[in-house]
Amino acid sequence: MTDTTASPMETAKSGFFTTATMQKAVAFVVLIALLLFFSIFAEHFAQWDNMVNIMTATAVNGVLGIACTFVIISGGIDLSVGTMMTFTAVTSGLILTNAGLPMPLGIIGAMLAGAFMGALSGVFIAKLKIPPFIATLGMMQLTRGLALVMSGGHPIYFDKTPNYTLIAPDSSISLLIPWLEIPNGVFVMFGVAIVATIVLNRTILGRYVFALGSNEEAARLSGMDVDFWKIITYSLSGMICGIAGLLVSSRLDSAQPALGLGYELEAIAATVIGGTSLAGGRGTMLGTIIGAFILSVLLNGLRVMGFAEEWKIVVTGIVIIAAVYVDTLLRKRS
Amino acid sequence: MAKAKKNKSAKAETKLPTSVLNPAMLVEMTGVEKSFPGVHALKKVRFDLRTGEVHALMGENGAGKSTLMKILTGVYQPDAGEIIISGKKVVVPSPRAAQDLGISIIHQELNLMNHLSAAQNIYIGREPRRGFGVFVDERKLNTDAAALFNHMKIEFDPKVEVGELTVAKQQLVEIAKAISFNSKVVVMDEPTSALNDKEVAHLFEIIAELKAQGVGIVYITHKMDEVKKIADRITVMRDGQYIETLPAEGTPISKIISLMVGRELADSHHEDATHIGEEILRVEGLNRGTHVKDVSFGVKKGEILGFAGLMGAGRTEVARLIFGADKLDSGKIIVHGKQVKIASPADAVRRGLAYLSEDRKRFGIVTRMSVRDNITMPSWPRFASAKFWMRDGELHKTSTKYVDLLKVKTPSVHQETRLLSGGNQQKVVISKWLLRDCDVLFFDEPTRGIDVGAKAEIYKLLQGLAEQGKAIVVISSELPEVLRLSHRILVMCEGRITGELDGKKATQESIMTLATQRQGQAA
Repeated sequence: MTDTTASPMETAKSGFFTTATMQKAVAFVVLIALLLFFSIFAEHFAQWDNMVNIMTATAVNGVLGIACTFVIISGGIDLSVGTMMTFTAVTSGLILTNAGLPMPLGIIGAMLAGAFMGALSGVFIAKLKIPPFIATLGMMQLTRGLALVMSGGHPIYFDKTPNYTLIAPDSSISLLIPWLEIPNGVFVMFGVAIVATIVLNRTILGRYVFALGSNEEAARLSGMDVDFWKIITYSLSGMICGIAGLLVSSRLDSAQPALGLGYELEAIAATVIGGTSLAGGRGTMLGTIIGAFILSVLLNGLRVMGFAEEWKIVVTGIVIIAAVYVDTLLRKRS
Repeated sequence: MAKAKKNKSAKAETKLPTSVLNPAMLVEMTGVEKSFPGVHALKKVRFDLRTGEVHALMGENGAGKSTLMKILTGVYQPDAGEIIISGKKVVVPSPRAAQDLGISIIHQELNLMNHLSAAQNIYIGREPRRGFGVFVDERKLNTDAAALFNHMKIEFDPKVEVGELTVAKQQLVEIAKAISFNSKVVVMDEPTSALNDKEVAHLFEIIAELKAQGVGIVYITHKMDEVKKIADRITVMRDGQYIETLPAEGTPISKIISLMVGRELADSHHEDATHIGEEILRVEGLNRGTHVKDVSFGVKKGEILGFAGLMGAGRTEVARLIFGADKLDSGKIIVHGKQVKIASPADAVRRGLAYLSEDRKRFGIVTRMSVRDNITMPSWPRFASAKFWMRDGELHKTSTKYVDLLKVKTPSVHQETRLLSGGNQQKVVISKWLLRDCDVLFFDEPTRGIDVGAKAEIYKLLQGLAEQGKAIVVISSELPEVLRLSHRILVMCEGRITGELDGKKATQESIMTLATQRQGQAA
């Protein structure tokens, strides 16, 4: 390397930077293109109310996507995020409605319940050596069943905590700026995304998540306590599902125990569309948020254009395949 | 035998399409250019290959040998330059196209399907069919393969599953596969790196047979003695440039080495063992299955302890046991005079032990992470405020310090580690353990796949570490390496330690005697 044609900094970036940034850029351009497309071709799409709809729909999926992103970068997969969300929502309902405790305890309870169940998945995977796909598949059924058992199969309404709607559907900012009616849930999502980005890039936990996903054995032989950090990662994912559980139950002003199945697929889709590699070791939170927005813009746009609801499933499938294809293309190029 | 055959095949040669310019030229590559982002990998390189010759391609890692051969075999496309095969100018757009042109490559890592038979592997994707092309004609498949092995003059059961074969036998399957394409050019990338002496001798017989049949062989290697034995010509590359082509006969090894490294290699000399201090690590009665049987030894501060033995003697297994990577059946581990329990690598690192794996890419480095993160990985907790926030500025400063200290060739510490050459990757691994401040370092094949120049640097590093008071254990299959470095040598055979030798008095012969001393035939 006596005659370096490129400056050292450029060279350094070329490996890591291009794929991650490129993919985010591609996703962002797709998002803008979709917005433009529907604005032109779908009447009533480009209206403020509809934009608020899209943002509200994205909030839950975006937060679940963030939960998935941690696990997927660490080289695992979490199929339980959807039902985990329901489980935590029911937990919150039990604490607030059945036990009549104050709201902060419901919030903390939901997050702790998620963290605990996540840690359990982590133990199955790290200690019992059950493959993540199977362990979280089991956890998906387990939390789904528990949610039904704990609630007796009926929705739990938050009639003892009138302030519960503050979490998602209310718009605190519109009290200050009347025309800006963005629901609080959207801010919660962006808040979670920012904190998650910081954790991923600036903390030892984030560093270990990347190391696990890139080469677990090398990390282990470097003296890293692989089992411990895996459990932490799944626990973190569970805790973020707890936040999603609060968002969804606040929006519906009730904990719906039958909800949740299928959310995991949309969350994983958002993650993959946002450029996180399913092989692990690479991904960003911003990408996942963009991915979640792409999905909800697409679904909302199709609905506004008058397509039947069933088409949304078809389209989600196509988008996932396209996203993974772009991923392989970009990786080949680098 | 080979000689008699040579005359016959020389006549057969006339059937080959002949070049107007040079009738015996199989391959001519001129002015080959190739750049990757940030690296000018090949600069106006030329290379040629005649029929029936073995042409050794030599150079340090990162010299551009593999890149050049990947261009010849269609894996990469050159930015500029000409490739002429048998007198015709060609483009090689894909490995498949290379095969059609009669060019095959046998990679260092073999590409075989372990659960298929040798014959099935050879004819994968072009199996003979019967019954309207629906069924594979297994009988013809096996007779064809048998005929192929016959042609190579080796005995081989084509029906045996490849996964059950030794690496040497698997390599023969790869060679047979290459021949089955009627290849005129066979590229062999360090074919002997996993073979023992007997297997190497056998491989050379087969190469001689191929030569006799007019096949041209490009032989990539780091081993000088092999080149002297089988090569007709030698081309040396350095830093992506063509340096010189020499006849193998009459060229001294020192000349080749000096061309490769661009400087004369300093002679080795044994350090005096005056800095050796108290024992840091002692193990007693280590056992694990059939791989490790009743192993006891100690290593002292400032000492380099060599572990010699044949492949599979259990040396790596001993290191992995002590490091907590595998579970002990029984045995004691004593660090600094205290018996300790080591259940995982994390425990071992906490006790000041480090293990540098023979398989760098799988166990040593995280290829997709930066040099900075690889160097600092075992020490991350030390760089985390409140055990959580990473102090990236310090990571940068510290890793830069080690990159400078060990002269790691990298444009910056942000470079992905996979883009570094083998020797530089090894330096990254060493850096990470130096930074972790370990007392006992196990080096498992520290110079495998590393070129001559970088080897000398690694040796100097190890000796320097010992002088600083580290205890070093070197596991190596290269006897000159063990002899050059070790103050004391332990020899293993079939899971047992069969003897201990003084580093100054030991010879290759005395080590080999112990290394082949099976149980029950003690001297």
